[in-house]
Amino acid sequence: MNSSIILSVITFVYGLAAFLYVAAWVFKKEKFGKIATWVVYISVVGNTAGIALRWVETYQQGFGHAPLSNLYESLVFFALVIGVLYLFIEKKYKLPVIGVVAMPLAFLSIAYASMGQSSNIQPLMPALKSNWLIAHVVACFIGYSAFAIAFGISCLYLMKRVNPDRKGFLFTSTPTLSILDDLTHQMVKFGFLFLTVGIITGAAWANSAWGRYWGWDPKETWSLITWFVYAAMLHARLVRGWQGKRIAYMSIIGFAAVLFTYFGVNLLPGLHSYQ
Amino acid sequence: MTKDSSGFLDAVWTLFASLKLTIILLIILAITSIIGTVIPQNATQADYVMAFGEFLYQVFDLLDFFDMYHSWWFQLMLVMLTINITVCSIERLSVTGKTIFKKNPDPNLARFQRLSKKHEFSTGLDSDTIKKKFRSAVKRSLGYIRTGDTDNGFYIYGETGRWTRLGVYVVHTSVVMLLVGGIIGSIFGFDGFVTIPEGEKENRIRLMNNAGFQELEFEIRCDNFEVSFYDTGMAKEFRSSLVIIEDGQETVKKDIIVNDPLRYKGINIFQSSYGSVPSDIAHFSFTNKDSELGYDYKLKVGDTVDLPEAMGTFTLTGFTRDGAFQGHSVGEAFTGTLEKEGEETINLLLPLKFPTFDRMRGGNEVVAVTHFEEKFYTGLQVTKDPGIWVVYTGFLFMIFGCYITFFMSHQRLCVEVIKEKDSHKIIVAGFSDKNKPGMQLKVQKIAERLEKIKD
Ligand code: HEM
Repeated sequence: MNSSIILSVITFVYGLAAFLYVAAWVFKKEKFGKIATWVVYISVVGNTAGIALRWVETYQQGFGHAPLSNLYESLVFFALVIGVLYLFIEKKYKLPVIGVVAMPLAFLSIAYASMGQSSNIQPLMPALKSNWLIAHVVACFIGYSAFAIAFGISCLYLMKRVNPDRKGFLFTSTPTLSILDDLTHQMVKFGFLFLTVGIITGAAWANSAWGRYWGWDPKETWSLITWFVYAAMLHARLVRGWQGKRIAYMSIIGFAAVLFTYFGVNLLPGLHSYQ
Repeated sequence: MTKDSSGFLDAVWTLFASLKLTIILLIILAITSIIGTVIPQNATQADYVMAFGEFLYQVFDLLDFFDMYHSWWFQLMLVMLTINITVCSIERLSVTGKTIFKKNPDPNLARFQRLSKKHEFSTGLDSDTIKKKFRSAVKRSLGYIRTGDTDNGFYIYGETGRWTRLGVYVVHTSVVMLLVGGIIGSIFGFDGFVTIPEGEKENRIRLMNNAGFQELEFEIRCDNFEVSFYDTGMAKEFRSSLVIIEDGQETVKKDIIVNDPLRYKGINIFQSSYGSVPSDIAHFSFTNKDSELGYDYKLKVGDTVDLPEAMGTFTLTGFTRDGAFQGHSVGEAFTGTLEKEGEETINLLLPLKFPTFDRMRGGNEVVAVTHFEEKFYTGLQVTKDPGIWVVYTGFLFMIFGCYITFFMSHQRLCVEVIKEKDSHKIIVAGFSDKNKPGMQLKVQKIAERLEKIKD
């Protein structure tokens, strides 16, 4: 039994959760949603176990580092954080409809890791050997996950906006437009705090490794671009006329910037390429 | 001041006090920042012309796209954002300041009465007991408590988190601190690079972007450099043993690795790269043209040997990284002298790249470098940034400020007690400046708690 096998299996569990939520939504069967929540619990436990085992495996191979050092490991961790965050939101707001957007994202992340990336454990290159590594990566991915969920909620908002009075699992009275709008705001605030911590720990790390806290390398710059977009969005809410639809679009653009920061930057030259 | 100019100043003030400007600036900053991630920054002119062609090169160069984050227009936007924040904060603080810094805030009862969501019940307790019991129950959730009389009864007013309204100013101050810290660093600091071969010392730092050199008040000596590898062939660790020498004294000794720099008198020295250079030890061959016999010697700079077959006495006098012969650079080269009884001393130049170079001299003997030993040099990033503490304080302000603004709120609650015939009517209502649904829950909980102790 090794961690990549556990994580491959968990990929299918996430897939099942996503499937159940979408089925509950399409066929308007709330019972599927209830089962799906339990499936998410299983995914999260299995995902955590997989990461813990992988951590042990790095020691067995004689390197001994937190499993957050390459694209495979970060995608697996991304899925976990989306799962955990989703469970919190469901507990707090009782809105399983958010699972319809959150779980497919978690599934895509871990599926991309399992199918598209090498799961070999590699040693750390000298620049990655820092106590800042864990703080930086964890903060960034909590932020990214919150933005991912905000993105999903914004999509729901735009869908519902087309026909606010329609009935059905998603379109019942429960999440009104203003609840979805407020929830997007909550998620973005949460994400913004963690992205801020992520950028700051990254800057402190760069300063201990290269003697400068900011060097405008493409990954740094893209994280700042993302930060600018969400800062604009937080302020836009305070201006009359920028609420609702525009906020939803900004949240979608913000998440596109997150994705580019995460994946797209690997196509550009720089220090951060996670490959 | 004339009327016109004050009108103009007012307009500028209004522009900078506007949140719309903030949003527009943030969006433009986000969009323009993309340019520098697509076009590699600070590359050479030749690279750019090759990539974009002569015409686009000229256009991009005019627009400062090749060093855009330091261009006047990008920096101007950052300055405008700073002014925007400052003006906006002054403007808002002059309004909210009155609320925030009030010594004994009193309730605006009408404001609570207007709220749509209120919790009401009645109690048979007498007013003194109500006051005592309810007051302590409210105090458990809200720090500041004040009671007062009304026309037909009294009120218990509580509030908490008044100061959290300052959180947003903490965030905005932090942004200004980051920019100020950055400016201090770029004016009073430097960022440079130096290579030091093992056993040598250096105090001249080559600055980034061809900005010249910086002399340090001390010398850095590299005693040893080591690189180790994993079995996979990937680099595991780069380690330089450094010594700081000030006024001829060795003041600090430290091994540095990536992520563990040496800091001395505000100057930071980071492990950055490495490479190898010829050391001052090499193997030389001396060939006598007549006998065609060759003799090999291993020599270190400073060594002297008496050569056989009356070829004289050879002294290895030095090593240079850029030797020159008749005005032409020949690269790394040793220098030496050859002395013979009764003859003039001959100066020899022995470039590593051209082993047969000495043949050209046409002497009776030919000296050549057959093999040289290498040693490592370490590449060090050397920086000074007196603005770093402003920046780091800004970092802390930003994190705490965001936390306060996002997740804490100024909450106010009022328990109004109205005397009726032989009972008291109780109305509980409350509001907060943020997270209104959360406050609704809290008000409800407090109302329920009061209702439990009403008898
Ligand atoms: C990069 C720069 C900036 C950052 C990171 C930033 C951050 C923030 C944050 C986190 C909030 C709280 C938003 C919320 O509660 O949802 C906020 C609110 C606000 N910001 Fe900024 N801000 C920036 C620039 C500006 C500028 C330039 C202005 C000037 C107009 C401004 C004016 C305001 C105002 C008026 C509020 C609302 C305060 C309130 O609710 O009482 N911000 N800002």
